[in-house]
Amino acid sequence: MELLNQVTQFVISGLATGSIYALIGLSFAIIFNSTGIINFAQGEFVMLGGVLTIFSLNVLQLPLAAAIVVAVAVTTVIGILFERLAIRPLKNATPLALIIITIGMSILIRGVVMLLWGKDTQALPAFSGTDPITVAGATLLPQHLWIFGVTVMVIVGCRLFFNHTISGKAMRACSFNRRAANLVGISVGRMVLFSFVISAAVGSLAGVIIAPLTMTAYDVGVMLGLKGFCAAIMGGMGSGLGTVLGGLILGTLESLGAGLISSGYKDAIAFFILLLILFIRPQGLFKKGETERV
Amino acid sequence: MRSDRIKFIVFALVVLLLPLPLSGGYLTNVLIFVGINGVLALGLNLLLGYAGQISLGQAAFFGLGAYGSGVLTTQFGFNPWVAMVVVALSVAVFAFALGFPVLRLKGHYLAMATLGVGVIANIAFNETVDLTGGPSGLSGIPNLAIGTLTFDSDLKNYYLVWCFALGMILLSLNLVNSRFGRALRAIHDSEVAARVMGVNARLMKVQVFTLSAVMSAIMGSLYCHVMTFISPTSFGFSFSVEILTMVVIGGLGSVYGSILGALLLTLLPEMLRTFQDYDIIVYGLLLVTMTIYMPGGLVEGIPALFRLIMPTKKGTEVGNA
Repeated sequence: MELLNQVTQFVISGLATGSIYALIGLSFAIIFNSTGIINFAQGEFVMLGGVLTIFSLNVLQLPLAAAIVVAVAVTTVIGILFERLAIRPLKNATPLALIIITIGMSILIRGVVMLLWGKDTQALPAFSGTDPITVAGATLLPQHLWIFGVTVMVIVGCRLFFNHTISGKAMRACSFNRRAANLVGISVGRMVLFSFVISAAVGSLAGVIIAPLTMTAYDVGVMLGLKGFCAAIMGGMGSGLGTVLGGLILGTLESLGAGLISSGYKDAIAFFILLLILFIRPQGLFKKGETERV
Repeated sequence: MRSDRIKFIVFALVVLLLPLPLSGGYLTNVLIFVGINGVLALGLNLLLGYAGQISLGQAAFFGLGAYGSGVLTTQFGFNPWVAMVVVALSVAVFAFALGFPVLRLKGHYLAMATLGVGVIANIAFNETVDLTGGPSGLSGIPNLAIGTLTFDSDLKNYYLVWCFALGMILLSLNLVNSRFGRALRAIHDSEVAARVMGVNARLMKVQVFTLSAVMSAIMGSLYCHVMTFISPTSFGFSFSVEILTMVVIGGLGSVYGSILGALLLTLLPEMLRTFQDYDIIVYGLLLVTMTIYMPGGLVEGIPALFRLIMPTKKGTEVGNA
């Protein structure tokens, strides 16, 4: 019974971090599908979400809700600048050049954040207290509920956007065939910019809701970004349910592995899974029908 | 061919004579690391610049070399030279076996997979505390020695490291001008076309990956004996990025470019001492601007700049006359 309670506990916290990985995975997939770029700076958007919220809260003295809005908005603007300054100048760039550029942007953003706010780890207060709720012998924090709620909202929001709005449909058209999309009058350049906007917003939101649980600092983006990428790979780089499932599976396995085997190797677990999937099933865990490429 | 040989001889002479005016001071110490970083960059350049395959896990092989030699000599009483050979051979076998699944991947996927290998290796250095001392590092590693000659001063270590480095530079120069090197460039341009022409692309990619891993591992062994202390932070993802920056700055697909890149990036933090950790901002800016505006690196960029400036100068002179 003791073990069962423990396992339930690990699964709950695993699902919470897994939701974060799912959101980051979605933000990877959104850019990848409209541009073919894996943005190595994706994790920095996540980091910016958390760090900027703390800054707005503590230094600008904004209420929490306003601080979050400011953080997501500023990160989105950075996403726009990113696309304009680093991605757009290179026409017909090779994947190699794009990898190097996005890595460069990633350490640039990290360096600037370190310069402005230092290296200290900072905590964001939980959104609605820390009184635990007991469910089936395991404790659930209110922040966990926020994470699940926001994740579901973002996923539903993305689905509605991509399936039911003109812009969303245009972005999907670009992902299927950029040239054809251009021929029917869709501005591919603008859709690429849109994808950076949405991706930065989703990524930073993930960073905001995880910050009360794990603390944040200038260098948290690397790990979170890589794990989000792992989730996206598990889901076959689609922005549908596959990536969400990938994130949840990854989070749960990682939490169980850390709790039952060794917490020191927690991060290694995610990368073993990443390598295994890249070697064995680079098209993702779930077959074609289930993943929807946006 | 002949001019290549003369170039190398001039380069080797400069390297061998350089420390004499410095008389073993601080700069000699910095130049040791230029040699080590130069070979690391060269190894990655063979893979990235010639064969067009990226690796973000070079620091892992460097670390395997350093920890391999460090652990074998301090914990198991190996002779340092024997340890170096054992470690180099083990890394070769490991990289060869790893290369087949990893190099089947392309572009972003290859970058992420090699990055994953690097992160896992770094976690292993941190967690196997009994062997490696974990985050607090491994100390008491002996200096290398030949007979009664112990490499315990900066000047001696300079010649030790640069002898290895010159050997590897010569090897790389011969390699890239050989049939093998031409085949690698063919793979870079078009893997399908190379295979149609009878190049065993898959095997060659793994071979060059293995070569770059072994070069890094040997430098790792030297590094641990020069430093006599190592800790996991020297072999993390950020160091892999630093090696990548050296290659990009110096020039993709240029042997001397790698050394130039290593020289600049090793001297830069020394010159920017006051900036301390903020040198990563400079790396970031360099990576982005070089890739966008000078994709050939300094080796191609500097002559191009000269050509850009020279004709206009001549033009104004003619105009004045």
